[in-house]
Amino acid sequence: MAAHLSYGRVNLNILREAARKELREFLDKCAGSKAIVWDEYLTGPFGLIAQYSLLKEHEVEKMFTLKAGRLPAADVKNIIFFVRPRLELMDIIAENVMGEDKQRLQRDFHILFVPRRSLLCEQRLKEQGVLGSFINMDEYTLDLIPYDGDLLSMESESAFRECYLENDQTSLYHTAKGLMTLQALYGTIPQIFGKGECARHVANMMLRMKREFAGSQNQILPVFDSLLLLDRNVDLLTPLATQLTYEGLIDEMYSITNGYVKLPPEKFTQKKQGEGGKDLPTEPKKLQLNSAEELYAEIRDKNFNAVGSVLSKKAKIISAAFEERHNAKTVGEIKQFVSQLPHMQAARSSLANHTSIAELIKDITTSESFFDKLTVEQEFMTGVDTDKVNGYIEDCIAQQNPLTKILRLVCMQSVCNNGLKQKVLDYYKREILQTYGYEHIITLSNLEKAGLLKPQTSTRNNYPTIRKTLKLWMEDINEQNPNDISYVYSGYAPLSVRLAQLLVRPGWRSIEEVLKMLPGPHFEERQQLPSGLHKKRQQGENRTTLVFFLGGVTYAEVAALRFLSQMEDGGTEYIIATTKLINGSGWINSLMDKLEAPPF
Amino acid sequence: FRKIELYEMVWNLREGLKDCLIAAAPYGGPIALLKESQRRERSASARPLLEIYSAAGVAMASFPWKSGVVVHIGWTVSDDLLCIQEDGTVLIYDMFGNFRRHFSMGNEVLQNQVIEAKVFHSAYGTGVAIVTGAFRFTLAANIDDLKLRRLPEVPGLQVAPSCWAVLMQDRQTKVVLASGKDLYMLDNTACTLVTPPGIDPQVSSYFQMAASFSYKYLALFTDTGHVWMGTSNLKEKLSEFDTKVRSPPKQMVWCRRPKSQQPSVVLMWDRLLLVAGKCRESIKYPSHCESFLVPELDGVRIVSRSFHEFLHEVPGACEEIFKIASMAPGALLLEAHKEYEKESQKADEYLREIKEQNLLPEAVRQCVEAAGFEHEPETQKILLRASSFGKCFLSNFPPELFVGMCLDLRVLNAVRDYSVGIPLTYSQQYKQMTVQVLIDRLVFRRLYPLAIEICRYLKIPEFQGVSRVLKHWACFKVQQKEDPDDVIACAINQKLGDTAGISYSEIAARAYECGRTELAIKLLEFEPRSGEQVPLLLKMKRSQLALSKAIESGDTDLVYMVVTYLKSEMNRGDFFMTLRNQPVALSLYRQFCKHQEQNTLKDLFNQDDDHQELGNFYVRASYGEGSVKARMAALQNAVDEFNKAKNEFSAKATEEQMKLLRWQCRFQEEFDKPYLDCSLHETVRSLLEDGKHKQAEQLYKDFHIPDKRFWWLKISALAEKEDWEELEKFSKSKKSPIGYLPFVEICVKHHNKYEAKKYVSKVTLEQKVKAHLALGDLEQAVEAAIERRSESDLNLVLSRCIPTTDRALLDKINHARAGVLKK
Repeated sequence: MAAHLSYGRVNLNILREAARKELREFLDKCAGSKAIVWDEYLTGPFGLIAQYSLLKEHEVEKMFTLKAGRLPAADVKNIIFFVRPRLELMDIIAENVMGEDKQRLQRDFHILFVPRRSLLCEQRLKEQGVLGSFINMDEYTLDLIPYDGDLLSMESESAFRECYLENDQTSLYHTAKGLMTLQALYGTIPQIFGKGECARHVANMMLRMKREFAGSQNQILPVFDSLLLLDRNVDLLTPLATQLTYEGLIDEMYSITNGYVKLPPEKFTQKKQGEGGKDLPTEPKKLQLNSAEELYAEIRDKNFNAVGSVLSKKAKIISAAFEERHNAKTVGEIKQFVSQLPHMQAARSSLANHTSIAELIKDITTSESFFDKLTVEQEFMTGVDTDKVNGYIEDCIAQQNPLTKILRLVCMQSVCNNGLKQKVLDYYKREILQTYGYEHIITLSNLEKAGLLKPQTSTRNNYPTIRKTLKLWMEDINEQNPNDISYVYSGYAPLSVRLAQLLVRPGWRSIEEVLKMLPGPHFEERQQLPSGLHKKRQQGENRTTLVFFLGGVTYAEVAALRFLSQMEDGGTEYIIATTKLINGSGWINSLMDKLEAPPF
Repeated sequence: FRKIELYEMVWNLREGLKDCLIAAAPYGGPIALLKESQRRERSASARPLLEIYSAAGVAMASFPWKSGVVVHIGWTVSDDLLCIQEDGTVLIYDMFGNFRRHFSMGNEVLQNQVIEAKVFHSAYGTGVAIVTGAFRFTLAANIDDLKLRRLPEVPGLQVAPSCWAVLMQDRQTKVVLASGKDLYMLDNTACTLVTPPGIDPQVSSYFQMAASFSYKYLALFTDTGHVWMGTSNLKEKLSEFDTKVRSPPKQMVWCRRPKSQQPSVVLMWDRLLLVAGKCRESIKYPSHCESFLVPELDGVRIVSRSFHEFLHEVPGACEEIFKIASMAPGALLLEAHKEYEKESQKADEYLREIKEQNLLPEAVRQCVEAAGFEHEPETQKILLRASSFGKCFLSNFPPELFVGMCLDLRVLNAVRDYSVGIPLTYSQQYKQMTVQVLIDRLVFRRLYPLAIEICRYLKIPEFQGVSRVLKHWACFKVQQKEDPDDVIACAINQKLGDTAGISYSEIAARAYECGRTELAIKLLEFEPRSGEQVPLLLKMKRSQLALSKAIESGDTDLVYMVVTYLKSEMNRGDFFMTLRNQPVALSLYRQFCKHQEQNTLKDLFNQDDDHQELGNFYVRASYGEGSVKARMAALQNAVDEFNKAKNEFSAKATEEQMKLLRWQCRFQEEFDKPYLDCSLHETVRSLLEDGKHKQAEQLYKDFHIPDKRFWWLKISALAEKEDWEELEKFSKSKKSPIGYLPFVEICVKHHNKYEAKKYVSKVTLEQKVKAHLALGDLEQAVEAAIERRSESDLNLVLSRCIPTTDRALLDKINHARAGVLKK
């Protein structure tokens, strides 16, 4: 069911099993039949931990979505609320519970807070007079969720906004807690590196929490050799650029949520023979995307331009395999063929799916507008005319292209120019307000606060220095057989991943100057291991580094790190963790404030 | 039965034990003495002395008794001394004579006085029972959770009961009392007359009664000199014994090992100690001086002026081994080992004998078990050596028994030492009481080093062992008032360091209880868990410190907790000032207000003179307003704030928005069509689509819409309307700032190639290829591309060609490309 989590360098299934165990224990605490009332936001992340079958085994008979008013009728003994600790949700729960009492039905109420209990919420329930109605009040520490064999995510949508805009570091606290859980299962991580304010804060909390557990030494042989904490605001550029890996493009266009993607159904219909003529499905096609699917694992991280050839090669292999049956003569041969059939059929349907997806994407990537946008992005990244108003952006505004696209481009220009000239900035802002509406003034203010959009203060633009020192732009990239991480953006090497790469070799000391230009402190901490747990490294054995992106990571960055893991002489394998898997659009959206006036 | 000497008492009692109230705690606990002289000579000058000694007679405390007349003293399960006064007040002291607290046994007692009291132990803790001058019983089953229960009246009781005892039956506390020849059983609700089965009908009075340690059995001493022994529910008689003594004994206690078949009772008169059992015979010990009997789980301790002895039934294992001429396997093994030590071959003979009967494991077990019952380390050693000797001849005898016994005996011997004075028997008392409790007792006696030694020796997990002891030590340390705060804090930290499971906050809480707030704060500094620090700091009203600690922890929930507390404790001004100095808390509180208290948010920004945020606040507020007027007012506020914030852009943009709103209102009235909540761009488009060119033009000028965008806007609006005539007119109005390619494209988009073609000629050379392509005219596109000699244009056309149908074109392009490349 989750075997793909255990194939990697680090068996992340342990983490998943620990989470499942905790869930089962809680469910068993509430004896008898139960109904779960879900904070809708949580259903996605929970899906990565436990399917409905697990819940069913523990007598969960009904599931509802948390909403105001009365609870739906259900003939169960227990009602369990699975919620994030938010005050507004507490009010809804209170309403639910109060409505219940009148029905004269005696049911037991429980709350499971994810990921943490909150005194504030309990206080609110108390004020509402329902605190006493709850038999169990527990917390389910779901911080880091295993997302794939080498990928952990907290699936916390608003982490970046909270940290950089609202100065609310709750998610960082959860991060530190999550890392402690991780260390409890996989051993103390001896070295911690970091860059950025949030990284510093998380590291401080980790060291502090370690002191809290002082004495109870962790006796597990460390699986991770080091941890690298990176603030998203150290590298604001990367998520703004359009990802060009297969998985990255799927996310850019159809957005992958909690490991699933919803696709327009048209391309997937004609596959079934004999059913032609039936009405077209209107429901979008939902697909799970992870390394459990062999083909997907192979192509997900490739530059999209290299995907086509792999697909056609696969197609040939599969049809050749099906042809085999004509050669099968003896009973033994036929038997062997038949035994392979399920695997082959799975491979064939997987191939069909991905061919369809690739076609969908290709329709977009070959369009002129996509090409034009990419050209402008690449101009910005190479530092061409970043200090002037860009004609393409102007035209896009005039044609009322989606606001997110505009903001992404304007922010990119600002980042690549270390801020825009006041005149240029004001021009863009005015254009945006006039075209898309004055209400976006708050959004613009947010972007400025987050540093994505800013007026140039110092005269010197340091982006070119950073670009050159870190080799962020590579001219001759090989999309088919890449030799550098820059293939993931067809030329641009993600800054964040470069930092990770340079940390291993030759070390950050060589780039001190550039590190100083990037926001926030950089640091190194060591955590003492009990003697006897020091790893004796075998010759040629790779180090394992956990890279934690605070504020989100893109699929392209993940791909770049995977590429580094696979490099023959890399010497380091990476496990990636983040608060949320993001793409530029979703990210910008999370920073927007949508104001709507009531109808007059 | 045998009597073992535990200690030669080191105390020095001038008057012996005469006329003393004596109490000794069970499980080898301390002994308290209170000189009884108080009753006779009530002179204030001769205050009685309360003395506390360890079981070995080592003085632990001594102080003159200053309170009222004490009726009874007794020990609690946690080694605290209870002194029950005549007036019903119960004072609690620890074993060092420090006053702990007091409670009262009820108001009724005040008039009637306590005439007798008893302290008893049960699963619920320590209880107190009293009988008042009105002959009413009151009891409290657990003094730590005080619930007084007044038992029903005994009908016709005119004089004090001759004797009584507290019993525990079916989780209920009851009292048995004797008055004349009647026995009554008192429980919560009723008083029942009871008759013990098989009692001599001639009995006219009961002198003494005693319940066993477990409350399972009851013994009665009658005026006929008989001891009746039976179950405590008085349903069954076990035996009766005629002591031939008619005078009431000074003390009568049970001496019975659990599970033993022998019910036996020890009676004590002035010069005689008598053990009465099932058989007709009794054992008599003449006693020379005043003694005191302390019932224990498996025997009786006898405390006298100079000795402290333990009387108990000889355990089975010991009897088997040490009985003269015993042939029990254990005895043989012991013998074998003795011979072995003498290097005599007889050792082999004995061994053989045991082995032939296959009893060697049994022999080893017996020796180990017997060692546990022996008091003298020498005897223990002999037995253990013998068993170890026997073990050599066994291949797979489990080692735990032997090893465990050795460990435990060492511990027991250590605590039996004079300086400690806790005499415990291994198999019953020690096991019943558990190591945990033993360690607690050591801790109560402030024998911290020994307790830690034992924890380490027995490898008790730090959390339950060493850490706990250290915590108690620290809690004791903070009470030492003479030492300055930082010395204590420092000493504690040095000793405790980062030991697992140490809760500095608990120690700090203790310090706070002792009124040493400063010390508590110092100690809290060492507490790594903020979750523990913060609540205590709040309790101590150190809210500022609590706030910074909460922030330090990074736990935002904790910060919220402190903030909510501050909000309720402080006045608004101070509260805001406090937040101002703590940016993290401030932003969290802002978040809270954003969702919960919009108006407070405004006040917060106001106090900080954060005009930018105030501006944003008003902008947000404006969108919540239901009328244009109110919205305008809010926006005007925003303009003012933006101006104060020196944010020219926002101020101007807001002013423009107000202007737009005014325009929109006017249009709305004029054209009866909704314009509000449209952007400027959309408003203009809407006007254009409705053919309101004049108004559109007005807005274009008034808002300085860039030419380019206005052109885009206008052509798309016209195309949308399919107003081709107007479009053409517009194209000719002046030179297009966006070129003419958009004209072509917009026409094609609306499927009007005819109109599109009109503009192709106007398109600049560079864009011509695109224009032709937009029209789908590949040949023209190729021509244009060749004319421009541009490779990228050629490639663009190439990508649009379909290889099968456009052969000729493809050739042409390839040819041209070759030409361009050559150049």
